[in-house]
Amino acid sequence: MKLIEEHPILDFKHGKRVTFSFDGRQLEGYEGEPIAAALHANGVKVYRETPVRKQPRGFFCAIGKCSSCFMVVDGVPNVRTCITPLKEGMHVETQRGKGVIPAITDKGKR
Amino acid sequence: MRETDVMVIGGGPAGLSAAAEAASFGCDVTLVESDLALGGQLIKQTHKFFGSKDERAGTRGFKISELLLEELSGYGNVKTYTNCTATGYYPEDGVVTCVRAEDEYFKIKPKKIVMATGAQERLIPFPNNHLPGVYGAGAVQTLMNVYGVKPGDKVLMVGAGNIGLIVSYQLIQAGVQVAGIVEAMDKVGGYWVHAAKVRRLGVPIYLRHTIVEAIGEQYVTGAVIQEIDERFQPQGERKSLDVDIICMAVGLSPTCELLWQAGCEMVFVPELCGYVAQRDRNMRTSHKDIWVAGDAAGIEEASSAMVEGRIAGVSTARALGRGTHE
Ligand SMILES: Cc1cc2nc3c(=O)[nH]c(=O)nc-3n(C[C@H](O)[C@H](O)[C@H](O)COP(=O)(O)OP(=O)(O)OC[C@H]3O[C@@H](n4cnc5c(N)ncnc54)[C@H](O)[C@@H]3O)c2cc1C
Ligand code: FES
Repeated sequence: MKLIEEHPILDFKHGKRVTFSFDGRQLEGYEGEPIAAALHANGVKVYRETPVRKQPRGFFCAIGKCSSCFMVVDGVPNVRTCITPLKEGMHVETQRGKGVIPAITDKGKR
Repeated sequence: MRETDVMVIGGGPAGLSAAAEAASFGCDVTLVESDLALGGQLIKQTHKFFGSKDERAGTRGFKISELLLEELSGYGNVKTYTNCTATGYYPEDGVVTCVRAEDEYFKIKPKKIVMATGAQERLIPFPNNHLPGVYGAGAVQTLMNVYGVKPGDKVLMVGAGNIGLIVSYQLIQAGVQVAGIVEAMDKVGGYWVHAAKVRRLGVPIYLRHTIVEAIGEQYVTGAVIQEIDERFQPQGERKSLDVDIICMAVGLSPTCELLWQAGCEMVFVPELCGYVAQRDRNMRTSHKDIWVAGDAAGIEEASSAMVEGRIAGVSTARALGRGTHE
């Protein structure tokens, strides 16, 4: 992973190492850190493809404001991966187009 | 539906200060922050802050955030929600809608609101500016200073204001090469000390230059820069740089969608970097229940964000009839 090993000022404390899937590939990251940061650390920069011109998009603002980092996470499209914490066993997929909204079961919970 | 005396939207220095102040007068405060942690821009700042000594200049940004959080933790009447975004304001009944963890929606009805939503990064037009690898300076900082991830191997910085200069220096500290900094004006916009630091490390600052194209198919593999004339038109030789990150530090705009939605009177003030809410000296907008503070009220800096937050906090408490400490 592309992590900063030594830093003159900061001392990085990462949480638990977990496994997640990205487009079927098994990757590792740290629990609780944004999905987008974990992907970037694994060298993955393209998170979605735009609906009309099919252009690649990665992240831009990293603070949940620009919609550039939308991905399909555990079947749900348009998830802002820059501010969504990583969990063990998550299924993360490149979003193509607008995504399909999954059916909502009772109580609004999937 | 949840109710609260004062709702603070945004947990940067402005929002944290407003929350602490309103809470100190006994108001029941609810603060929502879309990020995973509180602190706003401060948590990414490893350098010692400029500004006024009373407002903690000389202290590193992330330490200032720790101090504010410590102050806030002393109040039992403040509820904070992280990973929680305020998505809408309904003027007809004053309800704010929120989404937590992209999953759980709830409504909240506050008596008073402080909008402390900060700012967002600007992008300038150039071919392929959509490519992954063209990142806002704030995003680059989040990756490297909050999560310890190397954003790339080699960076072109666009903009030589304080943010461009500071982030360039931080990139080098994180072990990333900075190929150069382009600046459209004919002098460096940031403080001399910050410029001197990066120059000493051998980073070229190209004045009167801009980025004219990003190169790459799926993500950035290079950048082309060119000199510009007095009318900002590119001229002369195109210079290709072999970089994998193009970092944009070309300014910020106040985040004010919720203020527009609430029908607050908005004015365009170039010095404050865009449209901002008209407000009185207590930071109250034209809407009697809404206050604004920090970068959302105009791009300034953390010192002023904290002062404005405190003023807004006291003023909301006053408006609720709780203007004096017991
Ligand atoms: C590289 C850099 C260097 C800097 N150096 C200095 C310095 O040396 N000295 C100095 O004084 N200042 C400095 N600043 C500026 C300073 O960091 C900002 O002015 C200050 O953080 C503004 O505070 P704020 O609370 O208004 O906004 P922010 O810190 O941006 O906080 C706003 C918060 O609101 C949240 N938010 C936004 N919308 C919503 C919503 N709808 N729902 C929920 N939450 C939301 C955001 O996630 C964010 O956390 C620097 C800035 C940068 C980028
Ligand atoms: S990168 Fe902007 S919303 Fe995630």
